[in-house]
Amino acid sequence: MTAYYVTIGLEVHVQLKTHSKMFCACSTDFGQSPNTQVCPVCLGYPGSLPVMNRAAIRLTVMSGLMLGCRINPYSKFDRKNYFYPDMPKNYQITQCDKPLCLGGGVDIEVNGKSRRIGITRIHQEEDVAKNLHYAKWSGIDYNRAGVPLMEIVSEPDMESPEEAFAYLLALRQILLYAGVSDCNLEEGNMRCDVNVSIRPEGQKELGTKAEIKNMNTFKGVFAALQYEIARQTEVVSSGGKIVQETRRWDADSGQTFSMRTKEDAHDYRYFPEPDLMPVALPEALVAEWAASLPELPAQRRERFVRDYGLPEYDAQVLAADKAVGDYFELAARRCPNPKAVSNWMMSDVMRTLSEKDISITAFSIPPEALAELVGLTEAKAINSNTAREVFSIMLTEGGRAGEIVTARGLAQVSDAGAIEKVVDQVIAENAKVIEDFRSGKAAAFKFLVGQVMRLSKGKANPQMAGDMLQRKLSN
Amino acid sequence: MLNTLSLHEVIALLERRECRSQDVVQAVLEAIGQKDGRLHGYLMVNAEEALAQAKMADEARAAGHKGRLLGVPIAIKDVLNVKGQPCTCGSKILKGYTSPYDATAIARLRAEGAVFLGRTNMDEFAMGSSTENSAYGITRNPWNPDCVPGGSSGGSAAVVAADEAIAALGSDTGGSVRQPASFCGCVGLKPTYGRISRYGLTAYASSLDQIGPMTKTVADAALLLQVMAGGDPADSSSLSAPVPDYKAALRKDLKGMTLGLPREYFVGGLHVDVERRLQEAIEVCRGLGARIVEVTLPRSREAIATYYIIAPAEASANLSRFDGVRYGFRATGAEDPIDLYKKTRAQGFGPEVKRRIILGTYVLSSGYYDAFYVRAQKVRTLIRRDFEEAFKACDAILSPVAPTPAYRIGENSADPLQMYLGDIFTVPVNLAGICGLSVPCGFTAEKLPVGLQVMGPALGEEAILRVGYAYEQATQWHQQRPGSLS
Amino acid sequence: MVDDKTQSAKKMNVRYVANLARLSLTEDEAVQFQGQLDHIVEYFNQLRALDVESVEPMAHATPVQNVFREDVVRPGLDRNFVLKNAPEHSSELIMVPTIVE
Repeated sequence: MTAYYVTIGLEVHVQLKTHSKMFCACSTDFGQSPNTQVCPVCLGYPGSLPVMNRAAIRLTVMSGLMLGCRINPYSKFDRKNYFYPDMPKNYQITQCDKPLCLGGGVDIEVNGKSRRIGITRIHQEEDVAKNLHYAKWSGIDYNRAGVPLMEIVSEPDMESPEEAFAYLLALRQILLYAGVSDCNLEEGNMRCDVNVSIRPEGQKELGTKAEIKNMNTFKGVFAALQYEIARQTEVVSSGGKIVQETRRWDADSGQTFSMRTKEDAHDYRYFPEPDLMPVALPEALVAEWAASLPELPAQRRERFVRDYGLPEYDAQVLAADKAVGDYFELAARRCPNPKAVSNWMMSDVMRTLSEKDISITAFSIPPEALAELVGLTEAKAINSNTAREVFSIMLTEGGRAGEIVTARGLAQVSDAGAIEKVVDQVIAENAKVIEDFRSGKAAAFKFLVGQVMRLSKGKANPQMAGDMLQRKLSN
Repeated sequence: MLNTLSLHEVIALLERRECRSQDVVQAVLEAIGQKDGRLHGYLMVNAEEALAQAKMADEARAAGHKGRLLGVPIAIKDVLNVKGQPCTCGSKILKGYTSPYDATAIARLRAEGAVFLGRTNMDEFAMGSSTENSAYGITRNPWNPDCVPGGSSGGSAAVVAADEAIAALGSDTGGSVRQPASFCGCVGLKPTYGRISRYGLTAYASSLDQIGPMTKTVADAALLLQVMAGGDPADSSSLSAPVPDYKAALRKDLKGMTLGLPREYFVGGLHVDVERRLQEAIEVCRGLGARIVEVTLPRSREAIATYYIIAPAEASANLSRFDGVRYGFRATGAEDPIDLYKKTRAQGFGPEVKRRIILGTYVLSSGYYDAFYVRAQKVRTLIRRDFEEAFKACDAILSPVAPTPAYRIGENSADPLQMYLGDIFTVPVNLAGICGLSVPCGFTAEKLPVGLQVMGPALGEEAILRVGYAYEQATQWHQQRPGSLS
Repeated sequence: MVDDKTQSAKKMNVRYVANLARLSLTEDEAVQFQGQLDHIVEYFNQLRALDVESVEPMAHATPVQNVFREDVVRPGLDRNFVLKNAPEHSSELIMVPTIVE
């Protein structure tokens, strides 16, 4: 049986985190009542003119810098002409031959194998309106029309659905780190066109590609690729030919379908947008923006190991999500033992997040409060059992660890006199067990320590209690 | 007879309290009532609103308020957005559209107290040179009602010439202010590209369009420019260079000025009276102290082809938004959106607009883009360079506005290319992005007005206004008025 | 209805181009425009004689660059106004015939 190679390229449209639209001052708020965030510009009224949003340009350039792109010294906007009901002007303002960013790449790891997926370009454009369909008509909501997007075009470097999935995750991670987008898939912040082709082993030139349009989940991309690769393989191996076409992914049936639009004459007639002036960003400005860039996830992992003495594994888990990493740093800076903070986060905190199915930004214990709790444990002011108890009180009722410990009398007892009293009581009441201990039963000692803890309501410093028992029993 | 006065004369009377704004508006409305039935310069006159605005202006003046245009009625070409008013652009496709905003130029006039009394007829979407392409009927030339008023701002030119307005605004993409001004015997100014914000001017060809005043005198044009000029954050292509005091540039002589005559513009093909008036005008300028030199604009020959590739290309995209969805006319009985577009646009646009949309779509389409569009953009660079070279040797350039005076209605409408060739002297100014002025310079034997074009470099408005003003003061052609319409 | 894409080197395929521009033409219009536009396009051919190989194309008439607005939200249009301007609308949306995707 012939083996087939798979070639995948992705075009990812990312909504930028701006207050106002790309070319007008309308709000970009999601989920507002239809047609309430519109003006002459984004409705394509006669006489209106677009003006570039500086923040959108900056966010695209910052994305480019994060992804290792070159910033084009001369960039311009073009009109892409086609008629569609979601297009107010029946042309889209986008960038054809002079995009803002060129080159770059994203590192991925699949099955232990590291690869770099190349980025061809990033260009800036405007989003379209939203069509809603009813039985006898369709309706248009223009709130989304003109929202700033950047389109990140990858090289056809991916060779499997797994790699495409890893690329999307890594890209999303970097963009979240850069703070350029909320990357909220439910709100359509990241949408993706997938190009995929196959070719038999030994064939050099790429096969005919199919394009699957407008995917809005990463899992969908994965499933659509699996289906499409199988479909193409079947067509080719049974002697058929792949036609270059646009296909639609139907998540319900798990299949892709050819989009046979009524009229397929696509000639976009790109030409320079006369209403917008070219962008030639001064080097000093790009340098200024570059200076404000956050570090990449990989850089942060290294820094967590170096600066906080974390093991490699801890650093990777904590840096995977920017917000989790931020939380860790805020807590760790307030704590003499960052590894202890890491332990707490990787166990109790992460478990809580997954039980409650929330993100760290919705986590009710602020990082300073966690730091305080870890600090009390480290200073042996409370023991670890008490710490868990305090954690769960903080989670349900809020409050600071120190206050909770004081208010509920949970502080560890390290006063030798007080502990001695309890130890003496335990010795007096457990003659049989002491005999067992003296005859060599190790478990008997643990029981005695447990009795000390029980009588002290868990507050006795277990180390001190053990030491004292040992001393007294060996006398 | 307040309607016959110039903008400056009206302002002087108002300031001296010798008349009220209401009287001026009333006089203009009466003139419209008498003449516009035949002339058809206006598509809409909002008499009540204008009178109410005039009354408010009179009260404001009495209360001590000032404003350079307080209470002065201005006629507006139907291509500019005025809040609450229609803006049909002479097209059926914008029927029913109400504008939600003021164009920046309108807002600046409004801030000085201007009254917007009516909207003037035009070639549909400013595509044409005769105002025969309006969906709402033709406009006649006040000097001879059998002739066209020129275009596309024919309505504005006609109402100013016929004293149905004190002053008007037009728009000029390839001569649409200057040529009708020439045909109707009034003053028309096409400022440097970017000098007046295009925000609110319905786009025909975005890289060429400019708003321009159409007035009875050069000083009036200078005043309206003064009010409207200057950078605008809403128009990225507007120029933020400081606006000079144009009035200070108006002098009665041309001493120390060098005026260029482009060799290529005087090679025959000119109407004999146009040529004669031009030669006389040159002599007048010489007499006023100007030095006359020959200059060369070698790429003038290619200007028409260049213009009629670039302008329709931009227009084809600019007019895509007229699809029957968000505003204006919608065809009935469409099965799906594509059908809706095709029917709406087929029924909503007139033939010249359709021709230019097809032409513009063609020159941008796959396989023709480089051969036509990119090539035209390159020739445009050459045309601009020609002017830059020429202006090294002179302060302003004199030329005809159009090769002929106003022609008869219907005479050129069958042959679009013939019509386009009439724009030969005006389109280079738009392609180069420089400024041009049309000033009355006499009449043909048939008593049709002829215009003198004064072209200046980018931001050279002071120079061309000075030439126009000195010439006008020396000749007084501008005081001639058409007889009553027969 | 839509002719094939091929346009001969000399003659414009008027129906094909009109379809790109979403204009339906009557038979008479198509015939009339064909003649007029062929004539005009032929006139354009004079540009072919010029050597413009090394000339930069001119897209803007002003030398301005980097014109931005700040990212500030301002209120837009009242929805009732927007809907009233539209030929057909529901209580919140602008209506069009059913879109087949």
